[in-house]
Amino acid sequence: MLDHLPALQVIVPLISAPVCMLVTRAVWAWRIATAVSIAAFAMAVLLAREVSSKGVLSYHLGGWVPPLGIEYRIDHLSAYILIIVAATASITMIAAHKSIGQEVADRKSGLFYSAYLLCLTGLLGIVATGDAFNIFVFLEISSLSSYALIAMGRDRRALTASYQYLIMGTIGATFILIGVGLLYMLTGTLNIMDLQQRIPAVIGSRTLHAAFAFLTAGVSLKIALFPLHLWLPNAYAYAPSMMTVFLSATATKVSLYVLFRFFFGLFSPEVSFEYFYLGKILLPLSIVAILTASFIAIFQDNIKRMLAYSSVAQIGYMTLGIGLGTQAGSIASLVYLLNHALIKGGLFLAIACVVFRIQSVQLEDFNGLGRRMPWTMSAILLLGLGLIGVPLTAGFISKWYILSAAIEQDRWLSAIVILGGSLLAILYVWKIVEHAYFRPSPNPARDIPATREAPLTMLVPLWLLVAGNFYLGLDTSFSAGFADTAMRAFFP
Amino acid sequence: MSWLAEHLELAILIPMLGGLCILVFRNRPKLRETSSILAGALLFLYVTRLLDPDTERTEARTLLEISEGLSIAFHLEPLGLVFALLASGLWVITTVYSIGYLNGNAEKNQTRFYLYFALSIASTMGIAFAANLFTLFIFYETLTLCTYPLVTHKQTPEAQNGGRVYLGVLLGTSIMFFLSALVITWIHTGTLEFTPDGILEGKIEGITAALLFTLFMLGIGKAALMPFHRWLPAAMVAPTPVSALLHAVAVVKAGVFTVLKVTVYIFGIDFIATQDAATWVLWLAVITMLTTSVVALSKDNLKARLAYSTISQLAYIVIGASLAWPVAALGGALHMVTHAFGKITLFFCAGAIYTAVKFTRVSQFDGLGRKMPFTFMAFLLAALSVIGLPPFVGSWSKWLLVEGSASTGHYFVLAAFGLSTLLNCAYLLPVALRAFFRPPGPDVTAAGPGIREAPLACLVPLCATAIATLLLFFYIQPLYEFLYPVFDP
Repeated sequence: MLDHLPALQVIVPLISAPVCMLVTRAVWAWRIATAVSIAAFAMAVLLAREVSSKGVLSYHLGGWVPPLGIEYRIDHLSAYILIIVAATASITMIAAHKSIGQEVADRKSGLFYSAYLLCLTGLLGIVATGDAFNIFVFLEISSLSSYALIAMGRDRRALTASYQYLIMGTIGATFILIGVGLLYMLTGTLNIMDLQQRIPAVIGSRTLHAAFAFLTAGVSLKIALFPLHLWLPNAYAYAPSMMTVFLSATATKVSLYVLFRFFFGLFSPEVSFEYFYLGKILLPLSIVAILTASFIAIFQDNIKRMLAYSSVAQIGYMTLGIGLGTQAGSIASLVYLLNHALIKGGLFLAIACVVFRIQSVQLEDFNGLGRRMPWTMSAILLLGLGLIGVPLTAGFISKWYILSAAIEQDRWLSAIVILGGSLLAILYVWKIVEHAYFRPSPNPARDIPATREAPLTMLVPLWLLVAGNFYLGLDTSFSAGFADTAMRAFFP
Repeated sequence: MSWLAEHLELAILIPMLGGLCILVFRNRPKLRETSSILAGALLFLYVTRLLDPDTERTEARTLLEISEGLSIAFHLEPLGLVFALLASGLWVITTVYSIGYLNGNAEKNQTRFYLYFALSIASTMGIAFAANLFTLFIFYETLTLCTYPLVTHKQTPEAQNGGRVYLGVLLGTSIMFFLSALVITWIHTGTLEFTPDGILEGKIEGITAALLFTLFMLGIGKAALMPFHRWLPAAMVAPTPVSALLHAVAVVKAGVFTVLKVTVYIFGIDFIATQDAATWVLWLAVITMLTTSVVALSKDNLKARLAYSTISQLAYIVIGASLAWPVAALGGALHMVTHAFGKITLFFCAGAIYTAVKFTRVSQFDGLGRKMPFTFMAFLLAALSVIGLPPFVGSWSKWLLVEGSASTGHYFVLAAFGLSTLLNCAYLLPVALRAFFRPPGPDVTAAGPGIREAPLACLVPLCATAIATLLLFFYIQPLYEFLYPVFDP
């Protein structure tokens, strides 16, 4: 049983997806999706333990030996990302029922949950597989289902947002496909470990250059690296609230994983940075991303859009860490990835709580919420402190790692931008705080029948994330420890 | 005894527990106030029990290792102990004062007030006993955040604006400069431990050392060096007890305490002297000291005047640290204590006047002295102490600072001290003198014969601290001897 875990991790959600569709009652579809998400989390934890004790796990699908057969390959990096994805899935699903019930029509909820499970399948598959073409396939599974999920948002603009994402996402995926195709042409293999062996032999080839360029552009699109981020703010803003939680904490993070896998695993860091100058592409773009997106975030009145732009900025931090091209930088980036998934997931979950009660994400409607929804608002405040990077929060740890990595290399501009980004984060986080705590509530007459605190089923997962925000700020043995081992495999 | 010294986290836990009690008794004002006072008394008792010649210094004890080499750790050393003693002692007095002030002015949300007050003190204790820069930084930031709700207590647009400046400057400087200085130190030395003689010797030199020192000093925004001093006047929108304890003692002294810690235990006084690392900061501090004194002269609002006076007095301490001479640094450390007593009294008086007659501007005080003799007498004593006249305790620290600047040959600094003292007289003395010697002004006449002193809970604390400025003049020797080894081991 344990031997089949790498495949089960992907197959269980895949099989459950059609089951969800057949179930007629919304609550059962939710129960199945929740159970599967928690099971996926349990499997991810088991896999992480296996990897820690036994080292890399290689699973041959259908018994076919790689490079001919498809290999599922779980190393420290994949185990780490699997845990993030599955944990987010579980938290989201536990909290989802009421919010989804309100935002998605009952007759559609079977479809909704099966689309969600397909999305989960795709994300887990990308991480678990050791085959470059397989990554593309799972990327498409997750992307197609997330287009559908976003389109189910209540606002009609969700449709255009989803369409926008569809176009951009498809271009990205096509680029990745072309890149993988070119690599196949050059080397005759699709297995990542095999590719890594064969690439040094063809290093001078123009085709390899083209492949690298296509992969870089494609992956950057999926990551939403500035200036290819335009799909993200609308997609996050208009998707159903709970799907924003899920996608913000997983979709771009898994795409970042793909970046790691392609440029560190498939190519080696040496090839990527010294031969293809990946750092020279990533660093300037990241710097611009951090500054521009943070600035734009300050001027948003729609809080989901504000946080979405903040995500674009935070992605800039992660690519900046990778762009430094050092082991320390990559570790910092991985630590950042986990911490940010937790913080941003938590913030969007808190916003989902608010939406559940007041049906609005406009800053103006947050006036006086500090008194009416104290638990939700203090969660936003505490997670917001994490976003800024105040000590004791997870955000501080990520900032610390990335700042040390930059200063170690005497990258002063990057260091200043990292810190400057934090200052800009203060501005947008405090905008929410001031609205919630300083502005008086709107007049009671038009107040939605005496707004109450969000239901416990949403508050408990939210506060779990808040607790996680502080736990990871105090104990880095999982985040930094795992990231450290994961990166040691790529930097000999 | 040694058990107490080994568990310095108690100093943080006691006020936090006090905060918990305050929350529990949120609907029972008497119990809430009692628990606040009890927590203060217990903390003060605890800190006094730490005074023991056998354990002047303890090894750093790690509570939690966050990541390799970065840990939350506490230790006991004279400077921190003095700071803790100061903050906890004055907390008790301020709590008594707060009760009078808040009830006298019928302030709302008192539970929140007491709660964050307790949390602020907990953070202050964390700063005092931090065994490394990392721990200190953590509590430095929590102190900023815990005082924010106190600054914006009134929740008016004015308070909101004050809060913005407060948070913007303090968080901004600490993230931008302090944190980067921390990381640079960490990268160069691989440790952030407070070590006698510093940790930078041989790791960096020359201009880098000077840059790093400047980065630290600008980053410690709580020390209010120009151009990052604006938060302190902005914080004056807070209720007066907050201004008194936090913005004359705990927060600003946490700033200069950090300055001293960095000077002594990270750089080392000798290292600064040999590398000439502090010259820029010295000039900046001198400019700050003189400019803000002049600004204080122009302020009619008493709390604003006191705020600018505080900035200028903080600059004294930074000067003491950056003269890179043991006596001067000792003068700075003593000034931390002596100024605290003087300035808290002045703020208490400002609050007492506000509580009694709702006056905030100095020009309204004409003739008020005869109606409120105790308050204005206390004000006069404290003002004399802040100016640095004997027989008040403020004279000792000023003496040492002047001595330090003379013996290092910084005659310009010496002259600046002289000028600043004159300015001190010019902006502090008229407040009391107007009240005593001018005939009653229109405001006082309008308020009628009903003017009385503030409630006893306000009056007793301010008289106590005023008398302390006088008494401590005669008992400064133990403090001097206790602190001297820190600077000249």
